[in-house]
Amino acid sequence: MTDFAAKLVLSLLAAGLAAQAPAAPAPAPGRAAQILNMVRQDCGSCHGLTLKGGLGPALLPQTLKGKDALSLKSTILYGRPGTPMPPWKPFLSDAEAEWVVEQLVKGLPDGR
Amino acid sequence: MAGCLAAAALLAACAQAPLRGTGDLGVVVERAAGRLQLVETTGARIIGQVPGLGDLSHASVVYSRDGRYAFVFGRDGGLTKVDLLRQAIEKRIIQAGNSIGGAISQDGRMVAAANYEPGGLKVFATDTLELLADIPATYGDGKKSAKVVGVADAPGNRFVYSLFEAGEIWVADLSDPKRPAVSKFRNIGKEPYDGLITPDGRYYMAGLFGEDGIALLDLWNPAAGVQRVLDGYGRGQEKLPVYKMPHLRGWAVAGTHAFLPAIGRHEVLVVDTVGWKESARIPVHGQPVFVMARPDGRQVWVNFAFPRNDTVQVIDAPSRRVVQTLKPGKAVLHMEFTPRGEQVWISVRDDDRVVVYDTASFASLKELPADKPSGIFFTTRAARIGF
Repeated sequence: MTDFAAKLVLSLLAAGLAAQAPAAPAPAPGRAAQILNMVRQDCGSCHGLTLKGGLGPALLPQTLKGKDALSLKSTILYGRPGTPMPPWKPFLSDAEAEWVVEQLVKGLPDGR
Repeated sequence: MAGCLAAAALLAACAQAPLRGTGDLGVVVERAAGRLQLVETTGARIIGQVPGLGDLSHASVVYSRDGRYAFVFGRDGGLTKVDLLRQAIEKRIIQAGNSIGGAISQDGRMVAAANYEPGGLKVFATDTLELLADIPATYGDGKKSAKVVGVADAPGNRFVYSLFEAGEIWVADLSDPKRPAVSKFRNIGKEPYDGLITPDGRYYMAGLFGEDGIALLDLWNPAAGVQRVLDGYGRGQEKLPVYKMPHLRGWAVAGTHAFLPAIGRHEVLVVDTVGWKESARIPVHGQPVFVMARPDGRQVWVNFAFPRNDTVQVIDAPSRRVVQTLKPGKAVLHMEFTPRGEQVWISVRDDDRVVVYDTASFASLKELPADKPSGIFFTTRAARIGF
């Protein structure tokens, strides 16, 4: 990263901090693709490949709208006891789970 | 022949399609692409594609009794009738918002779709896909609606299925499709996740997710009600997180025993189908998803839930020991035996291929390319009760 780009990123981050909670750093491209595949395919076994819902609820931007990002992240990491939702902590770091929430809220890129 | 002479295009089509049976045909679901690969097991080859089937996550397929038409149930509520011989969609309807699977009636005239949204069972004529009956899965005060899972056909043009949130088993008798008679069995256990009917059509079993056990209904003696088998098989131990729901179908029965996935455990449970007592539990590589007997019942093949889903194990049914561990590739989703079981076809989602194994030598015989393949369904299902 050039010095200029680094400064730009820093100032953007600062701006972001001022406006709202900072965006989670995106995972490296290879890892990001792996995570998106997992979300589509493995989360998709219950939530549907298009995330429109199945045994589990829909995970589309319109259904997640207004939901607390932190509680969505902890649902991903720790599951939801008393329901079939399992904890994904063994497979996702805290930052990665946060990034997944961001992707879901704005709509998953079509990455099949 | 007159039809063939009508147009040059048709003439070419007729010339290219010699008469053939469908007994060695089947489909591979390419779930993300919304497409079926049509396959032939005799040559272990792909013979065509049928695209345009919508969202096929968790798609399942039943066959018309003549083995010519596949009825495909899609997650988007689509029900598509596909002609294997013309390699084309015969008819497609969107019958619900979210569907999980279906079954075909004993007389072959009705196809039933099990729906999540709106929760219920819808029954259609197999020839026209005209709606014959709509049975909402309402429970409690009559305002709540449950997701329907584990639908199977039973003799007498009945469909048997379970209501996930309600913990009920319903038997819908469609002898008169205009007036379905529904018997409801309540309090069968917490969160039935799938069901199966034994190959003789006598027993319906619903696997429970919310507690350790199986709900069993004797369809020859429904007045006796639902009994619990394998009750508390976890023996109070905490179960592991479940990253993929197991599936149950009639193929779990090998001879006089049923081989069933334990929920949240690395075990296959064995229960005798005479006294319905646990007779063994077999430690396996991961949490089982499909536990499938080869048609002769000598072997039982098992695949596993994420993240241990690169492996398939083979259990020798008489000794109840794992005799083979195979690594077909990343994300094994489904297995299907050829009609008499000399081969098994295995879909490997993340490697984009289907691998064909010899079930005697365990040699990998062939690999076929497929885009994120999930279910594999051969036409032999057409003639089996419960499929």
